Order: sequence, then C-alpha cells, then structure tokens
Amino acid sequence: MSSTVYAIDPDAAGAIGARRDLVRESARRSLVRRRLLGRAAIVLCVVAVAVSLAPLVALVTYTTSRGIHALSWTFLTHIPTPPGIPGGGVSNAIVGTVIIVGVAVAMAVPVGIMAALFLVERTGRIASALRFAADVLTGVPSIAVGAFAVAVFVDPFDHYSGLVGSFALATLMLPIVIRANEAAMRSVPRDLWEAGLALGVRRSRVVRSVVLRGALPGLVTGNLLAVSRAVGETAPLLFTIFGSGFLVANPTQPMQALPLTIFTDGTSAQPSSQLIAWGSAFVLLVLVLVLSVVARVVSARLNRQAR
Amino acid sequence: MTPHAGTASVSLRDVSVTFGHHRVVRDVSLDLVRNRVTALVGPSGCGKTTILRTVNRLHDDTGGKVTGKVMVGDLDIYARDTRAELVRSRVGMVFQRPNPFPTMSIFDNVVAGLRLNGVRSKSVLREAAESALHHAALWDLVKDRLHSPAVKLSGGQQQRLCIARALAVEPEVLLMDEPCSSLDPIATAKIEELIAHLATDVTIGLVTHNMFQATRVSHYTAFFLLGEDRATGELVEYGPTQQIFDAPLDPRTRAYVSGEVG
Repeated sequence: MSSTVYAIDPDAAGAIGARRDLVRESARRSLVRRRLLGRAAIVLCVVAVAVSLAPLVALVTYTTSRGIHALSWTFLTHIPTPPGIPGGGVSNAIVGTVIIVGVAVAMAVPVGIMAALFLVERTGRIASALRFAADVLTGVPSIAVGAFAVAVFVDPFDHYSGLVGSFALATLMLPIVIRANEAAMRSVPRDLWEAGLALGVRRSRVVRSVVLRGALPGLVTGNLLAVSRAVGETAPLLFTIFGSGFLVANPTQPMQALPLTIFTDGTSAQPSSQLIAWGSAFVLLVLVLVLSVVARVVSARLNRQAR
Repeated sequence: MTPHAGTASVSLRDVSVTFGHHRVVRDVSLDLVRNRVTALVGPSGCGKTTILRTVNRLHDDTGGKVTGKVMVGDLDIYARDTRAELVRSRVGMVFQRPNPFPTMSIFDNVVAGLRLNGVRSKSVLREAAESALHHAALWDLVKDRLHSPAVKLSGGQQQRLCIARALAVEPEVLLMDEPCSSLDPIATAKIEELIAHLATDVTIGLVTHNMFQATRVSHYTAFFLLGEDRATGELVEYGPTQQIFDAPLDPRTRAYVSGEVG
C-alpha cells in the first residue's frame, strides 16, 4: 500500500504545529474585527427586515383603518345601490372574484402541473425552451396579458365575460404555477423515483404515488400562492369582464370583481364610493391573507403526515 | 477511566447532549490522549458522532444543548467567555462525506481556514498549504494544478484535501467522523495510513463503524451503546484498543466487538 505517490516526505512536510503560534495569534487578532463585522452585519439584517416589513405593516393597518368602517353584513351580502343612494354592498364583486379566480385555477393548475412534470422528466431542447418561455411569461406585464385576452376573445365576438377574465388570469398564473410545481417535484429525491421504478412499477404510477405524493406539500403551497397573486390582479380584468351591478354567477356573462370595484369606486369623487373601495380593499386583503394561511397550514399538515 | 493521567489533550467529564426533550447521549467521561488515536465505536444512533461534535462546539448551531465539561488542553470550551471560533481554530473536523468548498480551487480550499482567520501573508499561506498537502499525502498529486477546482479530484482525494484543509490551521486535535464511510477500500487504506502518520503531531478522535479500522489505527477505543431506556446513548467501556478487543470487561462490549451483535 506504500506506493511512492502517497509516501509522505517528513522533511518536506515539517511538523504540524510549526506555524501554530502564528495562526493562533492571527486568529485572536482578527477575532475582534470579525466579531465587530458580525455584529454590524446582524444590525444591517435587522434593518433590512424592518425596511421590508414596514410597507407591509403600514399597508395593512391603513387599509384596515379605512376599510373596516365600510364593513357590515349588508356590505358582504348585498349588491350595490345606484350612486347617491346609501346602503348596498359588494356581494356581486365577491362572488365574481371567487368564480373568475376559480375558473382561472381550473385552467392553469392542471396545465401547470403537467407542464412541470414534463420539465422534471425531460431534459431535452423542448423542455429548456418551455422553461425559458415560462420565465419570459413571468415578466410580461399583466396589462399586456389583459390586452391580449381582449384581442383574442373579446374583439372577435364583441362580448365581454368573466370567462375572458379567467383566461387572462390563468395566462398570468401559468408560469408561476409551472415553476413552483417544478421546484416542488424536484425536491422529491431521485432515489425515490428509482426505488419505485426498480420495483417494476409503471412510470405513470411512480409519478402518481411517489412523485406527486412526495411533492404534495410544495404543490399546495405553490399553487395557493399563485392563486393569492391572481386574486388581487386588476389589469387583466380591467378590459375583459366589463363589470356588472348585479349578482352574476354565470361566467359567460360580464361580471364584477373586487379589484374592479376598487378601481372604479376608488377613482370616483363620491366619498360613499371611496368608502366602498376601501371596504373592498380590506375584503380582498383578508381573502389573500386567508389563502396564505390556508396554504401554510395545509402544507405543514401534509409535511407532518409524510414523516 | 483515564489511561494516562495528565496526558489528555481533550477531556470530557459527565457530558450529556439534549435535543429538545430527547437526551441523545448522557454522562460521558472520556479522554482523548495527546498524540494518540482514540476510536469511538458502537452501533448507529448511540451518540458517538454527537459526542465527537461537542469537542468542536458544532452543537451551537444545531440546537443541541451540551452539559458537563469539555476541556481542550487547559481551555474550558463551554466556559461563558470562551469563543467558539477560538475553540475551532484549535480543533479541526473532518466529516463523513468529503466536503471541499465547490467554488474554490485546491489551494484556496487548503488555506481557507487560514485566510478566514486573518492570515494574509502570501508566503505563509503558500508554505502552510504545501506542508498541509504533504501531510495529507496529496502534494505530489496536486502540486502542478493547485489552482484547478477542488471538485475535480476523486472522492478519496477530496477527503484528503479536507484533511489538509483542517490541518492547515494547525490544530492540536483532529476530529474525524467516519471519514472513510463513502470511500472505497483503497482510498480507505490511504486515509488510515494518513491517520497513523498524523498521530505523531495531532490528537485524533475517530468515529468509525468499522471494527477492523478501529483495531488497525487506534490506540484507545471507546465503546458506546444505547442505555436501558433504548433512547439515550452511553459510554460502556473505554480503554486501550487491544484490551477492548481482546479482553473487554463488559459482556456487552464482548458481544459487540466479537461480531455477535451489531
């Protein structure tokens, strides 16, 4: 076992410890500086956290303080009254948002999961092109997506509808959903794929029982976060769903949605309209908050089950 | 329990480690004798690695709570005013899997500890790197490509690089946590040869699952086992390696080292 390459030349090596004092001294001297730098870095991190939290806290408290006055049972369950007449609510917008986003999810999530699966399974040119396309799509301004939906679905038929809004939202969600799902699936160790395949299990079955099951917590979080992004999007709905003062549950018809209410009532000069806008903003905020909390709770529970 | 009183480089007294509510290992009193190799053996999950890591204060960052006393030389390493950084510049660590810094060259890996400890002099870095690589039996192999990426080396060579990296800081103590578990027998033999060589200058604590490795390279052996509660590891027996393997005092040690269990 003593080949020449591995023989150690004691003279060339010298004793371990020849530089020990020098290293110790240097470590001791630099320790003060390193600890100061470390403290400074921690302070900077705390400041950075505060700076990033401040707008959030300010936004939530301000919206709450302005919007909570509008809130009442009537506000949540009634449709708007004509301008100038007191009372009324935004039930049409709440129902519209839920239906439009629900349809958008039904469009984007299945496609997103399958596209993500493709990206995980394949490494070829098509896969990298798809990944690149998804990245580019992430950066497309939402108003451009809205304009695109109008050009494709509204102009040819001269008909606005909730469905077109859903399509625009789905287009916007798709790249986020794809990348989030891909990341979730990649977190399932390759060993588990191979363990499944080695048992003689069909590929599709391995995907269902091992990969999708293992990635489930991540899938839930990723998709729900994409949903909460979509819930608040205004621009894609602005040109597509037209708006409606009535409670509409049929997505092929023009509908109302919370962001649209905020936009139209918020830009109105009427104080009563502005109050409605603040109330709607508050409702939207709570909706997004609930979605985020649900995403966390569900994925935490799934994670616990997996263990 | 102290084979050579006064020659201990590291001494642990009543050391226990607790994670949350789980006491992983308890009441270990053990010496690492100066410039000798002490093997920590026993089945998985009985606290060998946990004990080894106390000597480098690695539990500071894993949430493990260490009680008892650990001395390195005359330094009480868990004393209130002892800095973890200074402990670690005296106690090196080599891990199960080779973990050279993937973005650094071979040279930069070896001198990483020195640079981060404030050593700037180019000549000192150069000499220290050469010496450490000699001690790790890597010098002839890498002297012409010191600035190529460390990850291009083979697994065994990467592990020797990690040993060189630990040695460059000139520690008194080198902790090795199953350093050969991911290596083939030939690479393992080289590491073992290295351990024997290093023990002339450095005190070595070696966790191993390989009984033959313990008999081949260690002077002292500490045998760990789960206690009666089946949850907390304990030190069963500690002594010269030959005694532990040929004439153990505890029947549990005899059963384990003879291969009847484990």
